Amino acid sequence: MSLDRTDVEKIAHLARIALSEDDIPATTAKLSGILELIDKMQAVDTSAVAPLAHPLETTQRLRADEVTESNQREAYQAIAPTTEAGLYLVPKVIE
Amino acid sequence: MHEKTLAELSQALQNKTLSSVELTQHYLKRIEQLDGSLNSYITVTAESALEQAAAADARIAAGNATALTGIPLAHKDLFCTQGQRTSCGSKMLDNFISPYESTVTQRFLDAGAVSLGKTNLDEFAMGSSTESSFYGPTRNPWDTARVPGGSSGGSAAAVAGRLCAAATGTDTGGSIRQPAGFTALTGLKPTYGRVSRWGMVAYASSLDQGGPMARTAEDCALMLQVMAGFDAKDSTSVDQPVPDYSASLNDSLKGLRIGLPKEYFAAGLDAATSDAISAAVKQFQALGAEVREISLPNAELAIPAYYVIAPAEASSNLSRFDGVRFGYRCDHPADLTDLYKRSRAEGFGAEVKRRIMVGTYALSAGYYDAYYLKAQKIRRLIKNDFMAAYEQVDVILCPTSPTPAFKIGEKIDDPVSLYLTDIYTITANLAGVPGVALPAGFANGLPLGMQLLGPYFSEARLLNIAHQYQQVTDWHQRAPAGY
Repeated sequence: MSLDRTDVEKIAHLARIALSEDDIPATTAKLSGILELIDKMQAVDTSAVAPLAHPLETTQRLRADEVTESNQREAYQAIAPTTEAGLYLVPKVIE
Repeated sequence: MHEKTLAELSQALQNKTLSSVELTQHYLKRIEQLDGSLNSYITVTAESALEQAAAADARIAAGNATALTGIPLAHKDLFCTQGQRTSCGSKMLDNFISPYESTVTQRFLDAGAVSLGKTNLDEFAMGSSTESSFYGPTRNPWDTARVPGGSSGGSAAAVAGRLCAAATGTDTGGSIRQPAGFTALTGLKPTYGRVSRWGMVAYASSLDQGGPMARTAEDCALMLQVMAGFDAKDSTSVDQPVPDYSASLNDSLKGLRIGLPKEYFAAGLDAATSDAISAAVKQFQALGAEVREISLPNAELAIPAYYVIAPAEASSNLSRFDGVRFGYRCDHPADLTDLYKRSRAEGFGAEVKRRIMVGTYALSAGYYDAYYLKAQKIRRLIKNDFMAAYEQVDVILCPTSPTPAFKIGEKIDDPVSLYLTDIYTITANLAGVPGVALPAGFANGLPLGMQLLGPYFSEARLLNIAHQYQQVTDWHQRAPAGY
């Protein structure tokens, strides 16, 4: 599977990664090379095989519905880029 | 002091022929003198290490020490350590002071171990050479022009360079075993779920597993004893009793059935590594083991499937790095989308961005069945291969990588060639089975690695086999010149 510039721009947007004009050719070539490696999977017929999500095939453990965590807001916001009045600040979203 | 193994140091501390403060000062001095040539540490925590050492000496004097009390260790810098930078080798987390402690590092604190600092790694553990770190490449103490392997290359170089007694690593596709092979160490990737992932920054959650890197199997047993066990904070932690890993080290190998997967001894394997493993086979036979050829017929599909599953999970896990709550934020964002896009473009390195984009593509609308679902089906085929093999043999013996350590810069610009270096290690992660890597010889002064893979929860048996091999060989006792 070989990608073109439009594909790479779309993927980068979905991944929320800015790509400069200069980066696009090398990124396109390297991603295409990786997809070519991945495409070797298509050689094998897996129509009768069930997917495996967890090696031990265990299901998610459930716990009692009890409060176990205390509020850590101050500790967590101490390492945030910008906060105000207990809130994380981002550029204006709604005009 | 640094010539001694962890087990020997533990004895010396318990006998009070050595204090933890003396030992810690010794390692800190060595780091200061020698790590300039290796770049194995990102952060050295000298002050807290000496405090921990003093507390350890008091604990030993009080008579309630564990085997790890007072032992100077290093932790891969993706285990969160409270109040200390936890960088993951990334600019994204260069300013991240962890507000909490990972389960693994907490267990070592509880055991009284000393932490000398945090070791270098490929950015977010995505790599096989420790060259993609924001903090520069780590060098191999056996030849500083070469890579130590990766992603746990900082831990490997620090242990091999005698800059700590042992270290923690993590293994998502071979990141403990491949660097152990490149640096003549013993390293164990436990069964998926055996060691808690809580506080271990996630790369590919269904594959990631922490484990020990040390000089001997005996040392790995002591380390794993602390690391292994159920943790309610990790939703995939397995609630099974933890055996005494040291108790069975001296069990006999008589009647042990070892399988050699023919697919792993085909074209592409370096001749010296192949010869070293043939010699190891003779040693194992002399110890009473039976060796036969087996097949893992779907092995060649492991790398393609891994490079769908791991990037897909990474693209999801790394979406949390958005410049809002912690980590790097770009200057002067024009709007929220610009904040996300530029923070991620500037904060992540090239390989991390590539894997996020591969994963994003594999999970995007219209491609899920062809990529992620297909890879999960192949994952089952690979697991089935192992289950069939373990009906015929007890363990599987194979190389850790196709060649010894390669040169710094040799593969970094060609991601696919770098991916192929993990050809022998990735299958165990996909199947979730444990594996121990250990030195099997040297060629031109470079270590050659081999690994033993076992069924689920066979860590004690794997360490037993590795220990017995190390009783009749001395590869693990060799030290790199100048360290």
